[in-house]
Amino acid sequence: MNSPWKQAIVVGASSGIGEEIARQLSAAGVRVCLVARREDELKRIVSEMNNLGVIPSATSNASIGNAIYRAHDVTDIDSAPAIFQDICTELGGLDAIFYASGIMPSFALGEYDIHKEKAIIEINVIGAMSWINLAAERFGRTGAGTIVGISSVAGDRGRGGMAGYATSKAGLNTYMEAIRNRVGANGVNVVIVKPGPVRTPMTATSDVGKLPMIINADEAARLIISAAANKKKIAYVPRKWQLVMFIIRTIPSFLFQRMKNLNS
Amino acid sequence: MSEVATNYVEPQLDSNISSTTKSTSLPTDRLERVWGWGMADSAVEYVYQPSTAEGVAVVFETAKRTNRKIAIRGAGRSYGDASIGSEEISLDLTRFNRILDWDPSTGVIIVEPGVTISDIWRHCIGDGWWPYVVPGTMFPTIGGVASMNIHGKNNFAVGTIGDHILHFEILLPNGETRSCSREVNAELFHAAIGGFGMLGCFLTITLELKRIYSGKLKVLPISCPDLRSMMDAFETRSGTADYLVAWLDCFGKGTGLGRGLMHQANYLQQGEDSAPFNSLKMENQELPDTFLFGLVPKSMMWRFMKPFVRNTGMHFINWAKYQSGKLSHLKSHMESHAGFAFLLDYVPNWKWSYRPGGLIQYQSFIPKETAYDVFRKQVELQHKFGIISYLGVMKRHREDPFLMTHAVDGFSLALDFKVTKKNKARLWKLCAEMDELVLHNGGRFYFAKDSTIRAERMSDYLQEERVQAFLKLKKQVDPENMLQTNLYRRVFGQDST
Repeated sequence: MNSPWKQAIVVGASSGIGEEIARQLSAAGVRVCLVARREDELKRIVSEMNNLGVIPSATSNASIGNAIYRAHDVTDIDSAPAIFQDICTELGGLDAIFYASGIMPSFALGEYDIHKEKAIIEINVIGAMSWINLAAERFGRTGAGTIVGISSVAGDRGRGGMAGYATSKAGLNTYMEAIRNRVGANGVNVVIVKPGPVRTPMTATSDVGKLPMIINADEAARLIISAAANKKKIAYVPRKWQLVMFIIRTIPSFLFQRMKNLNS
Repeated sequence: MSEVATNYVEPQLDSNISSTTKSTSLPTDRLERVWGWGMADSAVEYVYQPSTAEGVAVVFETAKRTNRKIAIRGAGRSYGDASIGSEEISLDLTRFNRILDWDPSTGVIIVEPGVTISDIWRHCIGDGWWPYVVPGTMFPTIGGVASMNIHGKNNFAVGTIGDHILHFEILLPNGETRSCSREVNAELFHAAIGGFGMLGCFLTITLELKRIYSGKLKVLPISCPDLRSMMDAFETRSGTADYLVAWLDCFGKGTGLGRGLMHQANYLQQGEDSAPFNSLKMENQELPDTFLFGLVPKSMMWRFMKPFVRNTGMHFINWAKYQSGKLSHLKSHMESHAGFAFLLDYVPNWKWSYRPGGLIQYQSFIPKETAYDVFRKQVELQHKFGIISYLGVMKRHREDPFLMTHAVDGFSLALDFKVTKKNKARLWKLCAEMDELVLHNGGRFYFAKDSTIRAERMSDYLQEERVQAFLKLKKQVDPENMLQTNLYRRVFGQDST
């Protein structure tokens, strides 16, 4: 498989869609740096990817062709710029960034919890802005690059059952559109990805995991990489969600609020 | 990049980064994409443009403190990746560019490394001096041409630029400044010239120029029906010619293989030009402003060329050039020094006609005994691959005393190839096959031009005693391997310390 990128960063690569994206990019010959909070998971995944006993970290002298990793908590926005620069140096350049970090804690019926919601915003939005800002500045200055943000169909409507999550994804969508309008003319591709339900650790604890149109993470990653390679601006994953969400977006609010299924 | 003052002040490192794990950060507003001249390769770098020796020293210290490599860059006129280094500090010398001294009685000029060939000839021609050696374009810096030890169309007669450098000062990565000439620090003198920026940064260069008695050259075109006659013409004329250069039509095959047009040029002797003060004036040296009977301003010319930069168009243009060259056979005319020397500058940014993929130049230097065979096979290989060079240029060379010299007692053939997404893999394969021919025939490559050689193919070359001596010297003056370019890593491998 031929990839349009030589080097890529995947943030949120320790599980789910991010892990699959990292694996598939690496298999396609891209030099990948995996970023996530859990170092043990990263080590395990990178060593599997590289098929080696020795695991190069972002600060070691890894030979080109191998994936590397860097442990980082995306809420630690102050340390991101230096880590970003370290990774670019270690990779020998950067062509693409995939932001796949995200949480979706479950809420009981009628539960209000600002701390859970704050955590959602910090990881799904602030973390994304922290990394995508860095990539956008670099790519905008140097006239090339691909920025992929893994958002969600959930950002298209404010469903009653997932106020915090829907808000975070709507925020991410708007932020990424703004970034595209800032650096898109400088040769930077900004790709907003809106997956429907995907079988991942994030969805395993909620009812999402039981939805009929659910797909596996490897399938989602394949579609996301392909959409990014084709420079899509907004990609529903899989494509049929584009039609579904078109219909859902057209439902008037007074009707939407009566639809129990959509608001649970 | 905003600082232009000579008092170079290093900007503060990012102060908004509080809890970093490593203190390697450089200011992101220095990030730029830096291109190799052929536009087929680029790198993202942190660009620093000091204008003094102290400024260069500060950049060296910054690199040490932040654990980064430095790629030294002049005007960036090397075709490939000789002046770029991914994620490194780009030490851009174009603002370190004062002429420090010029003595019109001896023809000796002392310059900083960012001074260009253009600056030098414009400064000196009015006094009746011309650089012994100039490349086909006037825009390279003296630091760049010294690092590549470039040659001109008169390499067979006067050697390389290094043969006319009397002295230089160089800042080494270990912080020492050394003064080098043929007498003092002779080893470093002969290694840093042609050392492609891997040993240190030139701070000053002292160059001797040639006395000329006219602003004009006598130019004689010689039409050559095939490769053999072209090489014979080089041999018979190199005794009397001051300059010899041949254009070669790579589309020619069969009996027309290697056909082309040679130009011989000679200086006028004292007295031949009755009004040298006139011909030596700057206004009589300028290149034409318009093309196609005055209809096209030269800044737009590349747009007119672009539709022709493909096989059918270039086949026709090469054919037409050869046919029209027959008409001028042995009819001599006068040409200005600049007009004859800087053919590549007639059409500004002509490389843009090779957009979007850019171009590479493949130039190999082959001993005279085997040059005919190698070049014949190189042209045949192009036909076999269906990738034909749009511009072939042959020159005659001689040996020189510099450690990493590219020149041999023989010939070179420079081939411009268009790079496209579709042909790239195949073009690199063609170059690899041509490499085999070069390596098996005692040939050499030229880092100012190279884009394609890989370390694994260079094992024989790297075993050469002189290459080992060079790497040993690098280890002495640059123990941390701070000076690196993408070319250095590509050719010498990752761990070539």
